[in-house]
Amino acid sequence: MKNILEINNVTKFYKNSVKALENVNLNIKEGEIFALLGPNGAGKSTLINSICGIVNFNTGTIKINNMDIVKNYRTTRKITGIVPQELNLESFETVWNNVNYSRGLFGKKPDHNYIEKLLKQLSLWDKKDNKIKELSGGMKRRVLIAKALSHQPKLLFLDEPTASVDVELRKDMWDVVKKLNEDGVTIILTTHYIEEAEELSDRVAVINDGKIILVDEKDKLIKKLGEKTIKIELFEPIEKINGNLSKYNFTLDQTNKIISHTYNLNSNTTDITELLNDVKKDGYEIKDINTEQSSLEEIFIKLIKENNNELVRN
Amino acid sequence: MNWYGIKAIYIHEMERFRRTLFQSLASPIITTSLYFVVFGSAIGSRITEIDGINYGSYIVPGMIMLTILTQSISNASFAFYFPRFTNTIYEILAAPLSSFEIVLGFVGAAASKSLIIGCVIILTANFFVDVRIDHPLLMMFFLILTSITFALFGFIIGMYAEGFEGLQIIPILIITPLVFLGGSFYSINMLPEFWQKISLLNPVLYLISGFRYSFYEVSDVSLLTSTLTILTILIGCIIFITYTFSKGYRIKD
Repeated sequence: MKNILEINNVTKFYKNSVKALENVNLNIKEGEIFALLGPNGAGKSTLINSICGIVNFNTGTIKINNMDIVKNYRTTRKITGIVPQELNLESFETVWNNVNYSRGLFGKKPDHNYIEKLLKQLSLWDKKDNKIKELSGGMKRRVLIAKALSHQPKLLFLDEPTASVDVELRKDMWDVVKKLNEDGVTIILTTHYIEEAEELSDRVAVINDGKIILVDEKDKLIKKLGEKTIKIELFEPIEKINGNLSKYNFTLDQTNKIISHTYNLNSNTTDITELLNDVKKDGYEIKDINTEQSSLEEIFIKLIKENNNELVRN
Repeated sequence: MNWYGIKAIYIHEMERFRRTLFQSLASPIITTSLYFVVFGSAIGSRITEIDGINYGSYIVPGMIMLTILTQSISNASFAFYFPRFTNTIYEILAAPLSSFEIVLGFVGAAASKSLIIGCVIILTANFFVDVRIDHPLLMMFFLILTSITFALFGFIIGMYAEGFEGLQIIPILIITPLVFLGGSFYSINMLPEFWQKISLLNPVLYLISGFRYSFYEVSDVSLLTSTLTILTILIGCIIFITYTFSKGYRIKD
């Protein structure tokens, strides 16, 4: 699949000499949902704003569909849409005017049929004559999405799309994002809800202190860096772990009935069949077995921690 | 050219004008009427004529200029500052619009509003005094050029202002005094020689003088000087805006 977005060695300093982005390199494939993860102030929004032309970057190049976004800004911006993190809307305008205004800004001929379809798709049609100030937070967020989609972009940036929205609405938003992607829109979302990235994305990048510290497919990342814990519940409590089990680094819980062993999915050092055989050989009766896999959130925290330690060392 | 983009900004801004039509028109009409009552009736009874023109009629071009200048500046500065304040500016910056197109949309709308208000003032003035326009095309030329120039000036204020107070400082502290001291309500020939020379340093004098010439063929300075002055301010504003946009200052971080 071809790259729709190519970022090469992009660096951005703010006026107070704060380095917001440092030699960022990233390629986004057409048709994927890409999640950009990072703590607050890591550079996620700066990167998105640099791509969309909202802030000027200092060095490097950004290409959309193989076209430089500075030299060919008209062509590249026509196919790009952005949903900002904040609910930046004109309160006294109606939904209808707001969305049509956005379409016009992006150089598209008015198309009331398309805007009607879009508003219906986002459950905003019955609110089309309402002023923005009369809408709930969730509705406002949908208006922002409608505005970003009003000119039918191929590449959509969602900057913290579900920030401060309730769980139900978050799921609705996820459905909207999935549907857009099915319709052929490439989506790049920034989030610090790992659950969101886990649910939606094909690939993930982690950014910290302005640097991309990792890019990988979500599933591979979980597999590569993820740890799994096997918890074996025994019928009878045991005093201490010995015998064949001592080679597995088991821990015993407070009830003395559950023994746990954590292993890396990628290391192939633990043979589960052999482990279970050893439990049996030692004469323990197994009541239940449970496994837990580390989430993207745990991986993310681990990566950021490692990166921060490295920064301190340097 | 992104004509749809320019049109979107223009219509968006004119829509704001439509929503506040009453305030937009009522204020200049009331102010003009008050000027006629105060200057036309009270002072006009003592100064009957200037350069052979009835005093009430003489002050009409100055009053129109006063309103055009303040309205162009405030409309354009507010129009551009407001999206900065609400952060909706992101959308304009992310759109495939050149800085020229952005300026064209905002300044075009601000100048159009001023022109409408200018025409309303001419109509209002007709209720109080006889208004004669000897050179209607020249009058329109000055009216349009002044509206555009000062809308550009207002746009600059909108780019640099750091708060709503910032939008008011220059119009109140600089523009209004310059208009009042620029011969809006008198001819500089009525002043002592020293103050006449000082008045010639005021660029607004040249605008009012040229504009008044289009009405009554009387002026304090030559028509050419007036035209060159307004064109110089216009070019100055364009250069300043182009420079600011190229640097992204106060618009893009």
